[in-house]
Amino acid sequence: MSTFDWVIQLIYVFSASCFVLGLHLMNNPASARRGNQVSTSGMIIAVAATLAIIIHGHLISGTGWAVMIAGALLGAGAGLYSARTVQMTAMPQLVSMFNAVGGGAAALVGVHDYMSAGARVSSTTTVTTLLDVIIGAVTFSGSLIAAGKLQGVINSAPVTFPGARIVNILLAAVALGLGAYLIASPSTVLLTVVIVAALAFGVSMVMPIGGADMPVVISLLNAFTGTAVAMAGFVIGNWALIIAGALVGASGGILTKLMADAMNRSIRNIIVGGFGTGDAVAAVAGPAGDVHAIAADDAAIQLAYASKVIIVPGYGLAAAQAQHEVAALADLLESRGIEVSYAIHPVAGRMPGHMNVLLAEANVPYPQLKEMDEINPEFARADVALVIGANDVTNPAARRPGTAISGMPILNVDQAKSIIVIKRSMGHGYAGIDNELYVDPKTSMYFADAKKALAEMTSAVKTLVA
Amino acid sequence: MYPALLVDVTIFVLALWVGFEVISKVPATLHTPLMSAANSIHGIVLAGAMLIAVTANNAVGYVIAFIAAAFAAANVVGGYVVTGRMLKMFKRRPAVPPAGAAAPAVTAAANGSSQKGHNA
Repeated sequence: MSTFDWVIQLIYVFSASCFVLGLHLMNNPASARRGNQVSTSGMIIAVAATLAIIIHGHLISGTGWAVMIAGALLGAGAGLYSARTVQMTAMPQLVSMFNAVGGGAAALVGVHDYMSAGARVSSTTTVTTLLDVIIGAVTFSGSLIAAGKLQGVINSAPVTFPGARIVNILLAAVALGLGAYLIASPSTVLLTVVIVAALAFGVSMVMPIGGADMPVVISLLNAFTGTAVAMAGFVIGNWALIIAGALVGASGGILTKLMADAMNRSIRNIIVGGFGTGDAVAAVAGPAGDVHAIAADDAAIQLAYASKVIIVPGYGLAAAQAQHEVAALADLLESRGIEVSYAIHPVAGRMPGHMNVLLAEANVPYPQLKEMDEINPEFARADVALVIGANDVTNPAARRPGTAISGMPILNVDQAKSIIVIKRSMGHGYAGIDNELYVDPKTSMYFADAKKALAEMTSAVKTLVA
Repeated sequence: MYPALLVDVTIFVLALWVGFEVISKVPATLHTPLMSAANSIHGIVLAGAMLIAVTANNAVGYVIAFIAAAFAAANVVGGYVVTGRMLKMFKRRPAVPPAGAAAPAVTAAANGSSQKGHNA
């Protein structure tokens, strides 16, 4: 190993350390920005080191330079534009797109390596190459479908057909079986078949998954991308890629587990099950018992004379894009000396932590955003719990065995002294069961779109206290 | 038997454990920026994409190199920019505290109405 190689390897290790440190600094909102900067520096150093390798080797052709620079500039421009213009509500789609291109690039590294290797002797590197290609291709097509579903371009309801599961298994078998065969006898044609099968598997894996399960799917695809990048690292023998890929794989894995637990579903159940209601609110008969519907004025009286209000935002708030309206109401209540905090369930929104970003965008200070375990003991002291577009995560039935959501972690909304629920209809959440909270005598229902309802309540409170 | 591969596998497994350890400490509040940050980190695949351009020697190779470079660059640049944009929004208190700003307004309104009462 030459001195140059040594220096480059050490630089890569330094970059990888920056990634770890950057992620470590994200354990607190106050230091998170610095974490991102540290991580960015690591990345710039790693790219510079790679450029140094290319220049040092004198191996690249003029065409090679042109292709590389043109591609990178085009990609960087597209990435910069989408990152600057994306709406915070559309964050899950963008993250999905980045998963797609990351997985796609990793797959291409593998494809190129396989094709340029020719008659290779080492079968172990071929294993990692094929894993890279297969995982990368599955991530690419799967993430594109997920992004399409989130954007509403593709039907977000589970799309399935009889025998879908068999097709799925068949595609996976083709990709893996042929892949194994390719280790022994290289063939570009068969590699194409493997790629097509892997791409088709990505599509058929995500299509049957409903919109409500998207937080889990995005996390899982994120883990896939990380693994694909790590495999690409094995292929080109680059430690920075291996470490970065492993970090992302771990992150995606942890988030997948957290999301699945918070939704009371096993990962296998989500991938194989293919249910979940998606965006549509089913108009089904409400639970037995009296539902107490109220108007904006009644809600305003309860809110204006409370001393502690806990806001419980859910998927409905994100769907109605009402984060600014809820922040305006909260500001008004705070100006009257009322203690306001937000109870955020882990699966509120469309991806892990999505609700926090939406509320941060609406200028809600992050100390007001409380995680489930932190806020649950406080509900008993709250005068009003204002539930906006959240359903299953507030259903006390989860505490009893024998229901569809038994064992699911919920917010203890029912312990508040009074409860106001803003909801478009008595429709079910994705678990498809009645919410016992709605027939609780302490609960008042306000039937409206979240955005409209919050604006009405805010003006009603203003009129009341003027 | 393949000592280089063994080293790679060791690094991979240890990095996975480091990842689990570091990331399990990230609060749920930051999970979206975390995933976005992880996204930008896997943009390191750009290094791999750049190296394709070195060994490419035919049209197919150059097309692959071009697409890979574009994908990876979009990933890495977009990822870091959007993560930064999100993290900038997380504030302990907004620049103009709404409580402080709104409170005088309410008092003013109350004074106004009481004055009106006097006038009547």
